[in-house]
Amino acid sequence: MLYQNTIRVLYIDMKTQKIRIEDREDLKKYMGGVGVASKLLEENIHPELPPLDPAQPVVFAIGALSTIYPVLTKTVAMFISPLTGELGESYAGGRMAMCMFLAGIDAIVIHGKADRPTYLAISSNDIQFKDARTLWNNNKDSVGRLIRDDNKRAHGGKRSIIRIGTAGENQVSFACVTVDRYRHFGRLGLGAVLGSKYLKAISIVGDRSVPIQNFKRYFKAYQDLYKKCVTTELMAKYHDIGTPVNIEPLNAAGGLPTLNLRQNRFEHANKVSGEAFSYLHLVRKVACTGCPVGCIHIGQFKREFASHGHEYETISVAYDYELIYALGTFLGIKKPREILELIEEVEILGMDAMSTGVVLGWATEALENGIITQDDTIVPLKFGSYEEYLEAVKYLAAGKNKFYKSLGQGVKYASEAYGGQDYAMHIAGNEMAGYHTGYGSLVGSAVAARHSHLCNGGYAIDQGLTDNNVDPDEMAQALLNEEIERCMLNSLVMCLFARKVYDRETIISAFAAVGEDITDDELTATARRIYATKLRVKKALGFKLQSVRFPKRFFETPSMRGVLDENMAYEILKKYHEKISDLETAE
Amino acid sequence: MAKVLSTGDMSKCIGCFTCMFVCAGANRQDHSIQKSCIKIRTYGGISGKFVETVCHACREPACAEVCPTGALTLRKGGGVILSKKKCMGCRRCESSCLIKAVDFDEDLNLPIICHHCGLCARYCPHECLSMDEVPD
Repeated sequence: MLYQNTIRVLYIDMKTQKIRIEDREDLKKYMGGVGVASKLLEENIHPELPPLDPAQPVVFAIGALSTIYPVLTKTVAMFISPLTGELGESYAGGRMAMCMFLAGIDAIVIHGKADRPTYLAISSNDIQFKDARTLWNNNKDSVGRLIRDDNKRAHGGKRSIIRIGTAGENQVSFACVTVDRYRHFGRLGLGAVLGSKYLKAISIVGDRSVPIQNFKRYFKAYQDLYKKCVTTELMAKYHDIGTPVNIEPLNAAGGLPTLNLRQNRFEHANKVSGEAFSYLHLVRKVACTGCPVGCIHIGQFKREFASHGHEYETISVAYDYELIYALGTFLGIKKPREILELIEEVEILGMDAMSTGVVLGWATEALENGIITQDDTIVPLKFGSYEEYLEAVKYLAAGKNKFYKSLGQGVKYASEAYGGQDYAMHIAGNEMAGYHTGYGSLVGSAVAARHSHLCNGGYAIDQGLTDNNVDPDEMAQALLNEEIERCMLNSLVMCLFARKVYDRETIISAFAAVGEDITDDELTATARRIYATKLRVKKALGFKLQSVRFPKRFFETPSMRGVLDENMAYEILKKYHEKISDLETAE
Repeated sequence: MAKVLSTGDMSKCIGCFTCMFVCAGANRQDHSIQKSCIKIRTYGGISGKFVETVCHACREPACAEVCPTGALTLRKGGGVILSKKKCMGCRRCESSCLIKAVDFDEDLNLPIICHHCGLCARYCPHECLSMDEVPD
């Protein structure tokens, strides 16, 4: 906790409705965020039980400096992923970090399963277990409103509400958790974990005051960071067109996964580019609390709700690069309007957009190949045709039949059950992200602790290479260096868009300005300590890097760095494995 | 010429709350937005509109009129200046303000009064806020 030598952990048991608060000095060496969360996960998991067993924990944590400096806006969640069966880690922005900070909570550990659907109302001086039976099977938009209305005392702006949709209630393995309408704990199925605990939503009100200890010093550090965020080019692209600005360059370079990765370019990329979305649909930009950049791009479209009489509703939905890739290019959808409608449906149902797009891409191709039939898919899925996908996402969230139940456990699971594993586009069980840029993105996601492209930014390593020749040892080392460094950055739980703003020197000054003297060596040691903790969790959950097998298609469709060689990919994996073999013991 | 804070174009607001963080920090040495003079809120969750509550710099301020101890005196250009020594924390100013721009600091037993320092405007990344010149 800021200005304290302890980390305040709130333990909540959903079954007994008992609360325990611990101020732990021993956790301070993990700084906060992913460091504290990894340690709490390690302490509380039950490796012998399945991921959705009531005894398994969910951990939320904010960073050591959350909210008090610009762009330190995120909260980390850690859990056992029902999708991969191993380390689950996911990040979300919105207001949650500020509300936890101003409620005086560094971390929350939730155990057990409630007797009935419940939502938690947390504030700085109370925690209530509220009956949420009437919110179960309810769409998320009204859930937020009903919870706001149920807690009139709190002022808007100081409250964060996180909730699951029907996909989470039905324990779809890649169900997400929506935070404050526009942000998400997207990947790896946190929504299913909350669903398995009968935990529909959590509302957090932050209404505590936190006096500043040395205003002059603090405000100087704040001003420097603010200027770096607002007046330099470091973050300009995120506000301007936003992340979809990447569609056209990635397409031109041949790294944009298209039609279930049959292609690395989309012939209609210019129609679904960031520029096209801005021109046709962008109506507003909003920010996570404490971020002066404001990268959340809101697109609007209108939908006819009666077949006669020209009756329409307008719908606002947040879009980003990854969503346009997964529900656009990957499925061959070429109209921004249609992509927005798919995003909205997936959002309401509460699923990870990337996994949803990828499982549907596989299902479309499996149907073409005859390994499944329309009896399975109910609708004739076809690349480029969005109406069928709009139906299919509903079936997926509902677990409509045996096939959709299976698909709801991820593309690895479904392809093992039905076939077509060569074109089931996952890496170590997690559906691929929107980058087919080379060995960095491919092997990077396999070695990544949570198999996310953001663990080590392998796609950026690919983009930074001068030619297509890769040295396996150098690539493995580059991935490992970045993976470890990001453990430290994520202990601050910054928005990774700001990673260039927060260089080591800046981080050290930011700590110093609130009276914490931390050295460069300590940052390095902390990063290694956190990574080691994650490796131990993965080992306890039975993950073996040497068992990872890549679907064949990754080596058939050319990447941005040409056709990838399977042997080289496994060679990099092997090198990486050697490098981490003695890291688990770092204390 | 005096200057007063003006909220010209709130449609540009992205809801980053930077104005509140700097106001609470600089004016009350606190990290909590609860201590800020300017308040940004949303109606209907984040998909709703961002709205501001900020001192209108009244020429005939009701808050000063109801103050029994004379702790609030007229400021050049409009609004009021708070004398902490004279204030006894009766909260009459808080309830007198029609637009609810006067909040109350429970820890210090003092009203939170905007003195139009302009820091929020200076740190607004989207030029929603400005300091406008007005006659003294």
